[in-house]
Amino acid sequence: MGCAKRIIPCLDVTDGRVVKGVNFLELRDAGDPVEIAQRYNEQGADELTFLDITASSDNRDLILHIIERVAEQVFIPLTVGGGVRKVEDVRRLLNAGADKVSINTTAVLNPQVVEDAASRFGSQCIVVAIDAKKVDNQPFEWEVFTHGGRHATGLDAVEWARKMVSLGAGELLVTSMDRDGTKIGFNNPLNKAISDAVDVPLIASGGVGNLQHLVDGVTLGGADAVLAASIFHYGEFTVQQAKDYMRQHGLEVR
Amino acid sequence: MNSLQVAIIDYGMGNLRSVANAFRAVAPDVRIEVTSDPAHIAAAERVVFPGQGAMPDCIRELDARGLRQAVTDATREKPFLGICIGLQMLFEHSEEGDTPGLGIYPGEVKRFPAEKMFDEHGAKLKVPHMGWSQVQQAAPHALWHDIPDQERFYYVHSYYVEPDDAALTAATTAYPFDYTCAIARDNVFAVQFHPEKSAAAGLQLLRNFVNWKP
Repeated sequence: MGCAKRIIPCLDVTDGRVVKGVNFLELRDAGDPVEIAQRYNEQGADELTFLDITASSDNRDLILHIIERVAEQVFIPLTVGGGVRKVEDVRRLLNAGADKVSINTTAVLNPQVVEDAASRFGSQCIVVAIDAKKVDNQPFEWEVFTHGGRHATGLDAVEWARKMVSLGAGELLVTSMDRDGTKIGFNNPLNKAISDAVDVPLIASGGVGNLQHLVDGVTLGGADAVLAASIFHYGEFTVQQAKDYMRQHGLEVR
Repeated sequence: MNSLQVAIIDYGMGNLRSVANAFRAVAPDVRIEVTSDPAHIAAAERVVFPGQGAMPDCIRELDARGLRQAVTDATREKPFLGICIGLQMLFEHSEEGDTPGLGIYPGEVKRFPAEKMFDEHGAKLKVPHMGWSQVQQAAPHALWHDIPDQERFYYVHSYYVEPDDAALTAATTAYPFDYTCAIARDNVFAVQFHPEKSAAAGLQLLRNFVNWKP
């Protein structure tokens, strides 16, 4: 009963190519987005996430063409995030073929965008991405950061998650900033605190280095889906291997 | 010009590109059109009725475009595939916004009840039901051709249909209780899941629909 735990390869895209950073810095080229998307689809990926990390606004429309091409060939849910500032940006991504749009920095700067986008297009296509880091200078444990981890917001990540769901977020993508790219595993206490606080599905992100980390993300972190990039991009594991491992450890997978 | 074979009804609720893309992938020789023109819907050989978002908005937009009659006629006349809210709207009433549906079939669209949303280990189940769940086929049907029983399809929804007539049910899914995830009657087939996002199994169902001769 219930849902299979989803495995979501994440493709960080800049200027039309897939890259993956370590601790949000030092980008490495990993290939053509459409080819990679097809490969993951064939391996049994349950969903794909594209994060547009293009710095220059000149090249920002490239992601639309990528999504159009992927959506013509890959028939699983596609989530796109990065650089979403206005409801109009959400509309353009959905029209290009995205099934869900992920909103991150803008959700903090202008929460109204989350509410307006959810009421216009439905909660099912609005994902709020929360980048959080453990802090010791606040009355709470995990603080929300924006701008790729550079700006502290003063917001409690758990409270923030509740607020985003109340505004209409249909899913949360929670990235642990101190884990991203480290390969030491998800921040499971953070994910568990948020997962317990809300009714909508939670995607765990940041820090996967081996297949046990995926299992722990579900069993310890309460995640409904696990997102990973580098373990798949560099061929360390296939999505199928990840599913086999999760199934052997008692998890329901597709 | 070939006659229009598959009309995908567009009433302004979200993006139908995925549905059209999926049909083009499985039936490259078939003429497929996304349309809000009642005449095109009436002329089409087959009709697809998708839907996403909230049912009150869907019904409002359908009526704003004058498409209620065209949809109702199609359910009586030709191979008809409802998807997601396109299934829910076929019923009499939805709890979502206390909305009357098209009333093609007696029954109610209900929200997943919070007090029942726990799995067999007592863990909380999320709403919306989002992800891949198993589809238990209730009876053989042309649209299940080459799709194994208990195959997984992709879902995203917070409401489900409860037909008055149990014989309408073509499949159920468990989340956590068994509910109707597909209905079949005569020339109508409708599903709660998204075949256009359900990888190979979903494409097979769409292929079966294109080939279906009810």
